[in-house]
Amino acid sequence: MAHQDVIAAPRPPATGAREAADRRRGRRRRDRREYALFALLIFPNAVLILTFEYWPVLYNAFLSMTSWNMISGTPQWVGFANYVDLLTSPNFHRVLLNTAVFTGAVVIGSVVLGLLLALLFNQKLHLRGVVRTAAFSPYVISGAAVATLWLFLFDPNYGLSRLLFSLVGADSPRWVTDAQWAMPALIIAYLWKGMGFVAIIYLAGLQGLPEEYDEAARIDGAGRWAIFRRITLPLLSPVTFFVMVITIIGTFQAYDLIAVMTGGGPGIATTTLSWFIYERAFKASDAGGAAAAAMILFVILLAVTALQNAYSQRKVHYQ
Amino acid sequence: MSAAIPLLKEGQDDPALDGPPPPRRRGAMTDSRLRRVLLYAALVVAGLTFLVPVYWLFSSAVKENSDIYQYPPQWLPWPPVIENFGDAWAAAPFNHFLVNSLIVTVVGASIKLVNASLTAYAFVYLRFPAKNLVFLLMLGSLMVPGNVTLIVNYITMANLGWINTYLGLILPSAGSVFGMFLLRQYMLTLPSDITEAAAVDGAGHMRKLFQIVLPMCKPMLVTVGVIAVVDMWNDFIWPLIVTNTVEMRTLPIGLLYLRSAEGYNDWGAIMAGTVIVALPMLVLFLFTQRHIARGLTAGAVKG
Repeated sequence: MAHQDVIAAPRPPATGAREAADRRRGRRRRDRREYALFALLIFPNAVLILTFEYWPVLYNAFLSMTSWNMISGTPQWVGFANYVDLLTSPNFHRVLLNTAVFTGAVVIGSVVLGLLLALLFNQKLHLRGVVRTAAFSPYVISGAAVATLWLFLFDPNYGLSRLLFSLVGADSPRWVTDAQWAMPALIIAYLWKGMGFVAIIYLAGLQGLPEEYDEAARIDGAGRWAIFRRITLPLLSPVTFFVMVITIIGTFQAYDLIAVMTGGGPGIATTTLSWFIYERAFKASDAGGAAAAAMILFVILLAVTALQNAYSQRKVHYQ
Repeated sequence: MSAAIPLLKEGQDDPALDGPPPPRRRGAMTDSRLRRVLLYAALVVAGLTFLVPVYWLFSSAVKENSDIYQYPPQWLPWPPVIENFGDAWAAAPFNHFLVNSLIVTVVGASIKLVNASLTAYAFVYLRFPAKNLVFLLMLGSLMVPGNVTLIVNYITMANLGWINTYLGLILPSAGSVFGMFLLRQYMLTLPSDITEAAAVDGAGHMRKLFQIVLPMCKPMLVTVGVIAVVDMWNDFIWPLIVTNTVEMRTLPIGLLYLRSAEGYNDWGAIMAGTVIVALPMLVLFLFTQRHIARGLTAGAVKG
């Protein structure tokens, strides 16, 4: 209240300059209040993101140059020794190969099957809405539940796998316990879970395509296949690249499938880079080695994302 | 984003289907009929691929034990029984798993939603020096993969003494960047005359946020909320490492306790447990599928 009185007190006739100064001061106070409110509103989110997203990257980079069992003592500086150990170890080469096989197969499968599914959903067919919903629903089921379900389906004695293989007169493979079949089992389960999501993205892409190109080509006498190959597919290429990137990122997070279905085995047949990080850190208590592996994975992901950005920017110019 | 909105609309038949077909050569007619038959065959195959495993999950969960281990498999669980659920509960403390999952999901998703709303509002309606830089820094954290944060977040939680606590389970995923981004994009499309009128009428920012902006954002709030719930409920790797007693486990981890180390598995009980994990999210999805599909594909298509 007292504050107000001061302002209301008689003032000498205001000159133009004085009024402007007053206005400026008032605006500055309003600005400061708005800045403070902004800071207040984003504070909790910003603190969480700094603490649990950015700080871990920095500290992980430091840890990757140390040796530490994560339990007692402190990290001991070892320089690049962890990286050298990893990159010269045949086991780690196998892990990288597993990661490439798993990710590559899932990416190719997602793009091909997801696009086919999207093309199907883009046709005017009865019940397509029902099938679309069915295809998308595994995406919201916990990966652990999907993995458990597929473990049962893959059971060579009681699973549907036995029935399916008996149709062609064969015995069901012992999927998850056979080193040859464990990786295909993971890939099938992952594709089943994620394909509907990829299809939805492709469908949105298809429905966003300009129709003029299509029509012009049809008038010129182009067949369905030619239109698809020469027009639809190139126009969809930014979507395809986006699908590839999110699928790659997704396969790097597929802990639940691996944990439930194979535990990285048999042997290390299904140990991917992310599963390797988990085991190195939390089973072998080797924080340094795990952190180095995590950095390698981070660099791979950054490269993929940078590639996507460069590619999609070029596409924009192209169109 | 608008491209993604007409997805998943049910029962919407195209008028072109029923109208008279355009005049064609006779050969073309049969060709198109064959094509339609093939398309429907493909649709049936796709439908079965997704529905049969889900049917198998639910039917096995209510099958008598003797029927589960029958070959050839029995398709219809008759009479349906609930003993598998009792077996699951006897094998592992599912009441703990369920309560933990509920607490983590409800509290975690709520904090995420509040964070997303407050941050999005600040970015759209308030001025701040270097606001765009702050925005980009927040968005940049989407590039940080979970694998990289795992080890350090565990160390942080251990240092704070929050291993095996709800705080430890919830806090690391309580921030919201993707949700904040979706809400911000949505707020940018809101008609500015309404929010400006409110400011002229002397409404403060709090009033503007809670009584004007957020109510208008309801569809996107549902999207962001559902995505947050699904993420929290389904999370696996973080709950696995941050909890270490069976009583603090969440449902997805709880499933592991149903499997026996000796390789003999009680599939009935395991499928019952799996239903408990999967069913809530399936139901939530069926009720909100339009929103969730839109939210998940938002921004995806522009490339």
